[in-house]
Amino acid sequence: MKKSPVITVVAIGIGAALFFVLGRFVAIPSPVPNTNIALQYGLLAFMAALFGPVAGLLIGLIGHALIDFSYGWGIWWSWVIASAVFGCLMGLVSKKIRLDEGVFEKKDALSFNLFQIVGHVIAWGLIAPVLDIVMYAEPANKVFTQGLVGGASNIVTTAVVGTLLCVAYASAKPRKGSLKEEK
Amino acid sequence: MTNIFNYIDRPSPIHDLTGATKLVCLLLWSFAAMMTYDTRLLVLLVVLSLILFRVSKIRLSDVRFMLGFTAVFMVLNNLLVFLFSPQHGVELYGTRHVLFSLGGSYVITKEQLFYHLNLFLKYLASIPVALLFVCTTNPSEFAASLNRIGVKYTVAYSVALALRYIPDIQREYHEISQAQQARGVEMSKKENLIRRLKSAGAILIPLILSSMDRIEVISNAMELRCFGKNKKRSWYMARPFTKWDWLAMAGSALLLAAALLLNRLNGSRFWNPFA
Repeated sequence: MKKSPVITVVAIGIGAALFFVLGRFVAIPSPVPNTNIALQYGLLAFMAALFGPVAGLLIGLIGHALIDFSYGWGIWWSWVIASAVFGCLMGLVSKKIRLDEGVFEKKDALSFNLFQIVGHVIAWGLIAPVLDIVMYAEPANKVFTQGLVGGASNIVTTAVVGTLLCVAYASAKPRKGSLKEEK
Repeated sequence: MTNIFNYIDRPSPIHDLTGATKLVCLLLWSFAAMMTYDTRLLVLLVVLSLILFRVSKIRLSDVRFMLGFTAVFMVLNNLLVFLFSPQHGVELYGTRHVLFSLGGSYVITKEQLFYHLNLFLKYLASIPVALLFVCTTNPSEFAASLNRIGVKYTVAYSVALALRYIPDIQREYHEISQAQQARGVEMSKKENLIRRLKSAGAILIPLILSSMDRIEVISNAMELRCFGKNKKRSWYMARPFTKWDWLAMAGSALLLAAALLLNRLNGSRFWNPFA
């Protein structure tokens, strides 16, 4: 299955819809009161690793913007952009691993998680707080603390949920060359 | 549950504007509200947005649910700003008028209160307009309007697909979740965190694998209809601009221009009554 541009368009649409549903309606309570575990970043990492950086960027952008819209407070652009950046960075791993061929081994899991940690650190430790300061003039120590707490919990959920999804997808997909001619 | 974007079909002058106009106005307006910390302009924006709200015939009871979320978010954000940086106002405005002390570094100053007032006004200036856009724009028209303001039609189509499939995916999630709960998968607070994440996986994996099949089915159907062959496409829900559309866009552009002009005149984004 070589990806046609149409597949990417549909993957972005469905991916954004999944991101929205997970982010908006699926609330798994975390130990910290009033904070939910953001499962959607596990999904975003998986979709980006499968469909590439453009899809990752747009799924993050559209999905997060729709969530903000549905709450009615307008769009908190700095965090939406951070989601998009994470999706894009995560998409770069699609060049290294061959998830669409059903291959996901230990070293693939390692590079998947390496990318997601770097991606989350850049998105939430750098981009979201800096944009918060530039766009909304909020105090620096507040936004950096928020970014670090959010980023750390996202890294954990992505590591668990994202890796799980990749393993499940790869094992559901028939491997390339797995059929042999009977003699 | 099906109508999460809360489109309310009730004829009004705001509903008559095209989706593209409302999107442009929303972007210009929220950009203006984001840029400026000038209290005078913010008050003007708040008053104007409340007037628009009246014109649109959207009732407060229609949006009470969304306003609740927003209010919590607004209060929490203000509290966090104060907790982390009780002297932020003093830094911004460069003067220090102490009112009273709460102990430690938590001193209430006029500057800090003024900064918080501005934060509140910023929310009040942008939230009604965002709500208006959500409530008065038909979701099917939304994608057409994105394409109209220059977003590539493939991307606009992705947005349309997302809006179209959100209810389907929501329903599917619900079904899978109930089936798994019947098998004893626990996702509530009774379980520890790792177990909860694992049980989330038990729901997510079927959901996402079936969505992957869905992607293939939809893209095959679109390919059969030659999606993406031409550079442009027409939209069922697109409407031509009228003079009101141009007026609305010009008005919003003026507000943004005012925000930028005030930034120049004040020398920064803050209007400083203390200096």
